[in-house]
Amino acid sequence: MKRVSDARLWTRLQPVVTTGLVLGLIGIPLWLVVVTAGKSQGEALDPDLSLPSHWQLFDNLREVWIDGKVPAAFFGSLLIVVPTVAGVLAFGSMAAWVLARRATRLNAALYALGISGIVLPPAVVTVVLLLRQLGLAGSAIGMIGVYMGIYLSTVIFFVTGFVRTIPVSLEEAAQIDGASPFTVFRRIVLPLLRPALATATILICLYVWNDVFYAFFVVGGRLDTLPLNLFRVASAGLYLNNWHLIFAYVVLMSLPLIVVLAVAQRKIISGITSGAVK
Amino acid sequence: MSTAERTLVVERPATRPAPRPGARPTSTYGKRTHPMWFLAPAFAILLVFFFLPTLFNFVYAFTDWSGFKSSIKPVGPDNFTQLASDGTLLRAVRITLVYAVLVAVFQNLFGFGLAVLLERDNRLNRIARICFLVPVLMSALAVGYVFQALLKPQGSLNELIGAVLGRTFDYAWLGDTTWSIVVVALIHAWKWMGLSMLIYLAGLKTVPEDILEAARIDGASRLRTFWAVKSPLLAPAITFNVATALLGSMNGFDVVQATTGGGPARTTEILNIFIYRTFGQGLFAQATAMSLVLFLLVAFLAFPVIRTLRKREEIL
Repeated sequence: MKRVSDARLWTRLQPVVTTGLVLGLIGIPLWLVVVTAGKSQGEALDPDLSLPSHWQLFDNLREVWIDGKVPAAFFGSLLIVVPTVAGVLAFGSMAAWVLARRATRLNAALYALGISGIVLPPAVVTVVLLLRQLGLAGSAIGMIGVYMGIYLSTVIFFVTGFVRTIPVSLEEAAQIDGASPFTVFRRIVLPLLRPALATATILICLYVWNDVFYAFFVVGGRLDTLPLNLFRVASAGLYLNNWHLIFAYVVLMSLPLIVVLAVAQRKIISGITSGAVK
Repeated sequence: MSTAERTLVVERPATRPAPRPGARPTSTYGKRTHPMWFLAPAFAILLVFFFLPTLFNFVYAFTDWSGFKSSIKPVGPDNFTQLASDGTLLRAVRITLVYAVLVAVFQNLFGFGLAVLLERDNRLNRIARICFLVPVLMSALAVGYVFQALLKPQGSLNELIGAVLGRTFDYAWLGDTTWSIVVVALIHAWKWMGLSMLIYLAGLKTVPEDILEAARIDGASRLRTFWAVKSPLLAPAITFNVATALLGSMNGFDVVQATTGGGPARTTEILNIFIYRTFGQGLFAQATAMSLVLFLLVAFLAFPVIRTLRKREEIL
């Protein structure tokens, strides 16, 4: 009966292994962030895992709050993330609905084109030139347009696959009652798309909220966003060895997301998985 | 988390008999009920902000566009011959590919291992899953800075290793011209392993209980059940995870920029780091040329990926 004892051994070992991995892989890096964010500049020169001799976390937070223009950056990030996500979800699911329901050869080609952006990298350099020609250089509208161009593909892919699993008969009932296509879409289809839209929302929020690469090219230096300001604070801070300030900024920037995760963990976890693996 | 996954399991068989899309509607039916103008906003945005800049890539990569003068003149393939002759082109492509493959392998190994470890639904496992999601939510830039501090020669990791070995240990994890690319790929994989874990967990949950029961009755060991029954049913999760990891790392920037900045001696300079650096120097045409290289590289490698994704769609 060796097999049974193996299983029993694993049942006993698994909690130990799990706890060890969580503490080692997640605990140590996060601990380093928090203790370093609480130190003085001298103590934080070589960041280590020791406790600060004197906690000055709030002084450091206040310093980066002002130096890193956190309020402006927070609203800048919000100003870009909210319209981007609303836009890609609305336009993406409209297009995906028609693409899924009308299987013409043209639509097959349009679908392939529509989802190509999942794979193909955006042309970051020439988009700057294009925005300048359109008079949108460095503006929030230009940034929102670029993000929408990048992430529409993700929505079209998730939603088209999902629409195909919804029976057409649900729509037909409303059509017979004389509902317009827009009404059918808004009242019948859109509510049914929730799992796919939840997945897309969470992933796109994460990507856009944390993006620094595209933001650097499009709005760098003209609009504050949280990652852009972290980049600025850190680029200056690494030169000056201001680890305490860099990590204070990391704390400020990550805290809202960790609070959201703690509060809505069930929804986030089910949201990520429900649309991705079917 | 269990609620959604349970509905997932319940929904699976129910979705199968759904009618084939578009099999029934005639063309007039479709025109009336699913008008083409629904496509207009999405494709207008895609055209202006995605396809047009991509088209520009093919034009401006062959000019002398720069930040130093206002006129832009065509120069033919000069940018490419210059990038190829000093070895930059091939090196950047090679580093990008190595990085992408390493990230895909590590991220999936870690994610899969965690999913198997945390498969059972109990309180400890649920808390552990949430902990592994924290890096996924954090900014990649922040993650990079954390590891830059952790992996310094006098950093905490070396201190811990030194304490175990009983002597000072001062390996420069991010300053090694051969191995730093592996270290950076490990950091990238660390950041995203929680997401892969969730996808694999959802995949494991879709394995029907009666099949597992049958395997158990037939006397299959846990290991054998796992390899013979569970792992083939994980195919969709593997496709999704490998594709997203590959594409995410080919377009990577933040983690590399925040840890090594492309160094030491430009051995971790993936294409996007090169583009960022040359753009900052005002060499716009060279940055565009490299951007076009990245586009072609990904487009070339993407066809198999797209085909797999579409095949998965057809099965559904």
